[in-house]
Amino acid sequence: MSEAHSGLVAHQFETAEQQRETANLGMWSFLITEVMMFGALFTAYGFYRTKYPAAFAAGSDHLDYLMGAFNTAVLICSSLTMALAVQAAQHGKRKGIILFLLLTILLGGVFLGVKVLEYADKYEHHLIPGIHFSVDSSYAAQIELFYCFYFAMTGLHALHMIVGITILGILVALSHRRRFSTDYYNPVEMAGLYWHFVDIVWIFLFPLLYLIGRS
Amino acid sequence: MSNTVAAASRPEPDNNYLTAGYGLKSWLLTTDHKRIAILYLIMISVFFVIGGLFAVLIRLELLTPAGDLVSSDTYNKLFTLHGLVMIFFFLIPSIPAVMGNFLIPLMIGARDLAFPRINLLSWYVFAIGGMTTFAVVLFGGVDTGWTFYTPYSSTYSKTAVGLTAIGVFITGFSSILTGLNFVVTIHKMRAPGLTWFRLPLFVWAHYATSLIMLIGTPVVAITILLVFLERVFGVGIFDPALGGDPVLFQHLFWFYSHPAVYIMILPSMGVISEVVACFSRKRIFGYGFVAFSSLAIAVLGFLIWGHHMFTSGQSIFAGMVFSILTMLVAIPSAVKVFNWTATMYKGSISYETPMIYVFGFLGLFTVGGLTGLFLGALGLDVHVHDTYFVVAHFHYIMVGGAIMGYLAALHFWWPKITGKLYSEAWAKLSAIIIFIGFNLTFFPQFLVGYLGMPRRYHVYPDEFQIFQVLSTAGASILAIGYAFPAFYLTWSLFRGKAAPANPWNAKGLEWTVPSPPPKHNFDTIPVVEEEAYDYSRLEEEVV
Repeated sequence: MSEAHSGLVAHQFETAEQQRETANLGMWSFLITEVMMFGALFTAYGFYRTKYPAAFAAGSDHLDYLMGAFNTAVLICSSLTMALAVQAAQHGKRKGIILFLLLTILLGGVFLGVKVLEYADKYEHHLIPGIHFSVDSSYAAQIELFYCFYFAMTGLHALHMIVGITILGILVALSHRRRFSTDYYNPVEMAGLYWHFVDIVWIFLFPLLYLIGRS
Repeated sequence: MSNTVAAASRPEPDNNYLTAGYGLKSWLLTTDHKRIAILYLIMISVFFVIGGLFAVLIRLELLTPAGDLVSSDTYNKLFTLHGLVMIFFFLIPSIPAVMGNFLIPLMIGARDLAFPRINLLSWYVFAIGGMTTFAVVLFGGVDTGWTFYTPYSSTYSKTAVGLTAIGVFITGFSSILTGLNFVVTIHKMRAPGLTWFRLPLFVWAHYATSLIMLIGTPVVAITILLVFLERVFGVGIFDPALGGDPVLFQHLFWFYSHPAVYIMILPSMGVISEVVACFSRKRIFGYGFVAFSSLAIAVLGFLIWGHHMFTSGQSIFAGMVFSILTMLVAIPSAVKVFNWTATMYKGSISYETPMIYVFGFLGLFTVGGLTGLFLGALGLDVHVHDTYFVVAHFHYIMVGGAIMGYLAALHFWWPKITGKLYSEAWAKLSAIIIFIGFNLTFFPQFLVGYLGMPRRYHVYPDEFQIFQVLSTAGASILAIGYAFPAFYLTWSLFRGKAAPANPWNAKGLEWTVPSPPPKHNFDTIPVVEEEAYDYSRLEEEVV
C-alpha cells in the first residue's frame, strides 16, 4: 500500500497497475455501450436505406461531400494529435501534453464549426425535418426520414465531440497544475480512447450519409 | 466462534460502515458501496409501494365486470404506471443495485467497487429518472403501456409520453453505470486466489446480468429517444403515414426489453444458488453448469426478442426462427432448476426463512418458465397472445421468480447488512402468506386468459368475474404478506438481537467480516484457498 501514500492510488486498489488496468477495462466497457447506442441508429438507418434506396440517395445528394471529406481529414488529424498527447504523457512531457491537447481541441472546434455551417446550409434549403422541411419530390416524406437520421446521427456524434472537447479542456487545466506524471496519466489515456472512438464513428458516418448512392 | 472473538478484539466495537459517519451529508456524498446499497434499498422500496398502489387500484377496478371505479383512460394510465414503476424502478435495480452493490465487493474480497464515485453517480441518475417519473404522475400520467408501442406513443397519445421517455432514458444510464462497475469489479478486483471458478454463483449471475445491462440498455435508450424526437418535432421515424415503420420500433424495443427480463431474473437465480447451498449444507451440484448457464441465458436472451412480435407482422419464417431459439433458452434455465434440486438431494435441509423463499421460487419459476414455452410456441401464442395468460406468465417470472429471490436475499443477508436478527416466526409466516396470496392472485389469470380475456381492459364479460374476484382476493392476501416484512424488519433495526458475523454458518467471504461490515470491508485482503460452497469442510471443522 506504499503507493497509496502518494495519493495516486485510490483506496479500493492495491497497486497502481491494478488501477490502470481497471480504468482501461472500464473505458472499453463504456465504449461497448457506445457502440450499441450508435449501433441501434445505424441499424435503423440501414433498414430504411434498404427500404427507400432512391429517396435516401436523393437525400445524400443534398449533402456537401467536400465539407464532409474536409471534416474527415480534420478528425483524422485530431486523432494523431491526441495520440501524440498520450505519448507525451507516457514520457512525462508536460508541455507536450498541453500543446497536443490544445491542438486536438482546436481541430475538434474546426470540425464543429464546419458542422454548424452545414446545419445552417440545411436550414436555408428547408431541410430541417419537422420544423422547416420542404423538398420538391414525390417521396418527400422518405427524404425527410433520411434527414431525421442525418440529424440524429451527426447530432449525437457532435454531442460526443462537445463532451470530448470539455474533457480535454479539463485535462489541459489538470496538466497545467502538474497533476500527471509518468506514474499517473490514466485520464489522458482514457480520454484518448474516447476521442479515437468518436473519430471512428465519424469514419462510418461519412460514407454512410454522404457517399453511398449519390449521383 | 473465531468470528466473534475477532469482532470483540477490534479496537472500536462500533467501527462499522453504519457508524463511520453521521448526518445526511455523510450518506448523500458517500462512495461506500454498502451505503449506496442502502440508498438504493430505500428508494426502490418507495417505488415498490407506489407501483403496488397502482396494482391495488387495478385489482379493485377488476372486481366487477363493469368499469365502475375508474374510467378507461384512467385505467390505461394505471396499468402503464404500474408496469413502468415496477419494471424500471423496482425490478431492474432491485437485486443488482441493492444486494449486488452491497455484496459483490465483500464476496470477492475487495474494499469497494472499481469505481465508487460512478456508483454514487448511478444512484443520483436513478433518483433523477425517478423524480421525472414522479413528475409524469403529477402531469396527468401516461397511457401507452410500459412498451411505448408506436405510432400510438409517438403520434396519438395525449398524455405525458415525452416526459416519461426522458425519465426512462435517464434511468437507463444508471443501469449502464451499475453494470459497467460490476463487470470491471468482477474482472479486476478479485482477492488473490479467488479464481473465476471459485467465485460464488451470485457473482457469476451478476456478471451475466451486467453484460445484458451494458449491451442492451443503450439500444432501448436511443430508441426511446427517437420516440421523444418524433413527438417533439412531429417527424415520422416510426409513423407509417410518413414512411416510418412501427415494427422497427418493436424490434429495437424488444432487443433490450426481452433481455431485460433476464436482468430481473438472473440475479434472483444467483441468490437461490447461495441460499440453497447454505441450507442444504452441501456444495452446489454442478457448479460449472450453473455458472455457464447464467452466461448462456444472457447470450440466448439477445436472440429471441422476436417472440414478442408473432402477431405484429413479422414474417412467418422469422417467427419460426424466434420460436425455436426461444425453446433453447429453456435449457440453461432447466439446468439451474435441476441443479438446485440435485443440491438439495441428500442434503441436510433446514427451513429458515430464506430457504422457504427458495422453495417458493423453485415452484413459481418452474410454472412461469414452462408457461413461457407455451407462449414461445408460434401456433399456441396466436391463441393466447395479449391475454391474461401472458399477464399470469410474466408475473410468475417477475413476482414469483424475481421478487421471491429478492426477498430470499433480503432475509438471508439482512443480519449482515444491518447487524440485527429479525423474528424468524413472523418472517416464515409472511413468506407462506406471500406464496399463498401470489398463487391465488395469478393462477386464475392463466385460466381466464386461456378462456380468452384480453389484457389491458377494465370492462369484461360477466362469465370472467369469478376469476377476477379470486385474483383480487389473492392480491389482498399478497399485500398483507408484503406489508409484514416492512414491520418486522423495521422493528428488528431497533429491537432486534445483534447478529453474529455468520448467523447461518454459511460459506463465503462476506460472512468472515463482522456484521455490519467495517467501512473498508477487510483489514487485510483475504487470500482464497478453497472452492465456493465447501460446506463439507465446514462441517468437519465444526465437528
